[in-house]
Amino acid sequence: MSLTDLSAHELAERLHRREVSAVEAVQASLDRIAALEPSLGAFVTVTAEEAISEARDLDRRRAAGETLGPLAGVPMATKDNLATRGVRTTCASRMLERFVPPYDATVVARLRAAGLVSVGKANLDEFAMGSSTENSAFHPTRNPWDPERVPGGSSGGSAAAVAARMVPLATGSDTGGSIRQPAALCGVVGLKPTYGLVSRYGLVAFASSLDQVGPFATTVRDAALFLQVMAGPDPLDSTSIDRPVPDYAATLTEGIEGLRIGIIRELLGDGIAPDVQRAVLAAAETFRSLGAHVEEVSLPSSAHGIAAYYLVATAEASSNLARYDGVKYTMRADADDLTGMYFRTRAAGFGPEVKRRIMLGTYALSSGYYDAYYKKAQQVRTLIQRDYASAFSRFDLLLGPTTPGTAFRLGEKTGDPLEMYLSDVATVLANLAGIPALSLPGGFDAKGLPIGLHLQGPALSEATLLRAGHAFEQATDFHRRQPDLLAARA
Amino acid sequence: MPQYEAVIGLEVHVELATRTKIFCGCPAHFGAEPNRNVCPVCLGLPGSLPVLNEQVLEYAIRSGIALNGQIAERSKFDRKNYFYPDLPKGYQISQYDQPIMQRGWLEIETESGIRRIGITRIHMEEDAGKLVHQGAANLAGSSYSLVDLNRAGVPLCEIVSEPDLRTPEEARLYVQELRNVLVTIAVTDGKMEEGSLRCDVNVSLRPAGATELGTRTELKNINSFRSVQRALEYEIERQREVLEEGGRIVQETRTWSEERGVTVSMRSKEEAHDYRYFPEPDLPDLVVSPERIEQIRRSLPELPAARRERYRTVVGLPAYDAAVLTDNLDLARYFDEAIAGSQNPKAIANWLMGDVTAHLNAQKLTLAELPVTPAQLRRLVELIDQDVISGKIAKKVVGRMLETGRDPEVLVQELGLTQISDESAIQAAVAEVLAAHPSQVAEYRSGKTKVMGFLVGQVMRATQGRAKPDAVNRLVEEALAEPVSSGP
Repeated sequence: MSLTDLSAHELAERLHRREVSAVEAVQASLDRIAALEPSLGAFVTVTAEEAISEARDLDRRRAAGETLGPLAGVPMATKDNLATRGVRTTCASRMLERFVPPYDATVVARLRAAGLVSVGKANLDEFAMGSSTENSAFHPTRNPWDPERVPGGSSGGSAAAVAARMVPLATGSDTGGSIRQPAALCGVVGLKPTYGLVSRYGLVAFASSLDQVGPFATTVRDAALFLQVMAGPDPLDSTSIDRPVPDYAATLTEGIEGLRIGIIRELLGDGIAPDVQRAVLAAAETFRSLGAHVEEVSLPSSAHGIAAYYLVATAEASSNLARYDGVKYTMRADADDLTGMYFRTRAAGFGPEVKRRIMLGTYALSSGYYDAYYKKAQQVRTLIQRDYASAFSRFDLLLGPTTPGTAFRLGEKTGDPLEMYLSDVATVLANLAGIPALSLPGGFDAKGLPIGLHLQGPALSEATLLRAGHAFEQATDFHRRQPDLLAARA
Repeated sequence: MPQYEAVIGLEVHVELATRTKIFCGCPAHFGAEPNRNVCPVCLGLPGSLPVLNEQVLEYAIRSGIALNGQIAERSKFDRKNYFYPDLPKGYQISQYDQPIMQRGWLEIETESGIRRIGITRIHMEEDAGKLVHQGAANLAGSSYSLVDLNRAGVPLCEIVSEPDLRTPEEARLYVQELRNVLVTIAVTDGKMEEGSLRCDVNVSLRPAGATELGTRTELKNINSFRSVQRALEYEIERQREVLEEGGRIVQETRTWSEERGVTVSMRSKEEAHDYRYFPEPDLPDLVVSPERIEQIRRSLPELPAARRERYRTVVGLPAYDAAVLTDNLDLARYFDEAIAGSQNPKAIANWLMGDVTAHLNAQKLTLAELPVTPAQLRRLVELIDQDVISGKIAKKVVGRMLETGRDPEVLVQELGLTQISDESAIQAAVAEVLAAHPSQVAEYRSGKTKVMGFLVGQVMRATQGRAKPDAVNRLVEEALAEPVSSGP
């Protein structure tokens, strides 16, 4: 068994016992990246030198008797929309191709301080806008289960890197499903925390009221340990929740006897692939067998989720991306005057999906249309929050599919943005409501592609979500299966 | 030809005197090398987030209360979206439909009495940076332009008046009084020439008595009280001419040229931006408790209107003195300290507004640099009132005090300037003077009593001004009234 086959906490234990050095762990990760990266394209930038140097430092400190954090020495990937001091942060956009931040995102700083070693910046859809990672300005990322298929998006690089065991952990960001959808399509665990649980400082903004940073891992336990390091109040983020973070690992194994789980009726019908529906129903049985009460529940306003999401998200994006104007960040197209410079820089620097969303959002905020679009979307958001509040008065968690189908082929949906947007139909609701949601491996379809189960809970219910996920994982072996990477290597 | 009436409203941007910027910890003061007082937040770098400086909120609430408005217990920030190279995020964080204060007012004292000017709102916002153009005065004509973001994120309050002002003079008085209030409550240094107070003026004309508003123009680049009035005088006259010639006012922004004394068209409103305001998702709603508002209200110092009233009714100053002292907060504070325990505040006011102010102006000093303490000035006035020195001598003493800052008592002793109140000494001087000027004495006695003034003057001169004037008067008169001594 190779070091890269270990889960993060297994690896951490060996590091702790000094059976393995951080340099060895990081080198194993870098070797696997070197072998698989040409066929997967999971990274924008691999920071081998920095990673080895950090690992060496950790080994020195451990040898000197210093007590390091529980995950110290474990390699990880960092989504390339999280600012990293001294390492370019591109958001997979030409616009930021040469942008090197002079600061670390709060999450990056916390992980670094805890001794996790970032081996590189993971690929994504440009500015996190997309559901397939095909919108990366540099190269698409491929799904380790089938290189002809997409890994999902926007955190496709992070998901593929973890699925291919290049790293046991990766950070992602989730605005409408960008952690959970690729986690589902790549057969790994992904969690979108409660809005405000993890600091957004240093996360390059897509839609500020929806964005959250969260973990990718191969097991629920790893996700819990990883989240533990990321979460917590941050004075640099006014929207971060000022409350101490519970010890997620402590309650992980308490079981789910008596837990009330609702299956979302609206997500078990038209538009959801039959294999996916079957997997959800099978999961419901597994939960019952573990002592949970499972019943159907309705979220009537969920039908409007996609429409509301694509108005709120694009409106905020149109404003957040205004700063890329050719004045800063080294990308500038020459022109005769200021307006010309703006037009040509933005025409050259942004890809088509980013432009589409800037235009949609600009329109939604325009004088005369604000009430009909942006304001209406915010009202729908309130309705969705009410639906959830009502559901959570009867249930502890809600169960459904993470995605309508399994991984699709590269190019399959790029011609039809609406079809692509519908990949997010199950995930956007949690962002609109600000609640946490977990995607975990829940089976495989007839083609052998992973299916993601989606568990949602009320605000700050991460401990319950992780406990339920862990119980499910203990009762199943979907998470143990790894993609056959001989195909990827070919 | 109809008579026209001007309708004027002002938007005043006040730079708040906080130590740090509105959304980050960078210093908010001017004068640093370009792009030194900056960080990822005020540079708007990707991923950075704003955190509200509590002092800014405190100052905005203080201003709102001092301007008699209603403080919103719940308000929020919004994004105002537009592109310009000095705006690092491509939007300005401001307040749109829920500002921190609404429905206030400020009273100004005009020649025709007190006028209450409505204040629509106060909102908080961040300032933009500054462009430095090479080869031209503006972006369009320059060979290149540099961006200095030291000012980006400096906190501003925008104070918007109702269109309640009717004359250029009222507009000037409004800005003066507004500045007075804001400096008194210590939310700004109020330096107009340094841009701490910036005025945008809206003005339109309508036939006198009409209720409908005419088309307005907006005047920018107004950097002094005087130019508020001058720019408005020019613009009202310009609009009047256009209307009288049957023309139509174009709604536009015009810039005031201080050198040429004219307003010049900048851009018309037809090209106006759609700012696409929406709530700032990076900042939670602002909630201010009634207790906090009350606590800030109680902490406010005496405001200018109340101070003027006190000077008139309690201290007993004429309205003019009350206004002059109140218009300068440092002077007013100095005065308040000087009159504490004094029997003669009017005399103190006279010295302050007279010799002291003249000295400060001549030496280009601020009151803080004045070596004379308020207590010393009070004691000087006491020396006069206790007849230790005369008013004339006091002028000499004040001159030395202003130069040296030494105690008036010491100076009087050292200079031998104590007033002579020993009547026998004065009598001797009187006798000498009368003996030396027999012809004037004769004139007096022949009925030309006006010559008495000359003789008193001679006695004062003989005593180097130290003789107590009323005693000299009395003794000269008595001596002249004495029977004529028989000649030799």
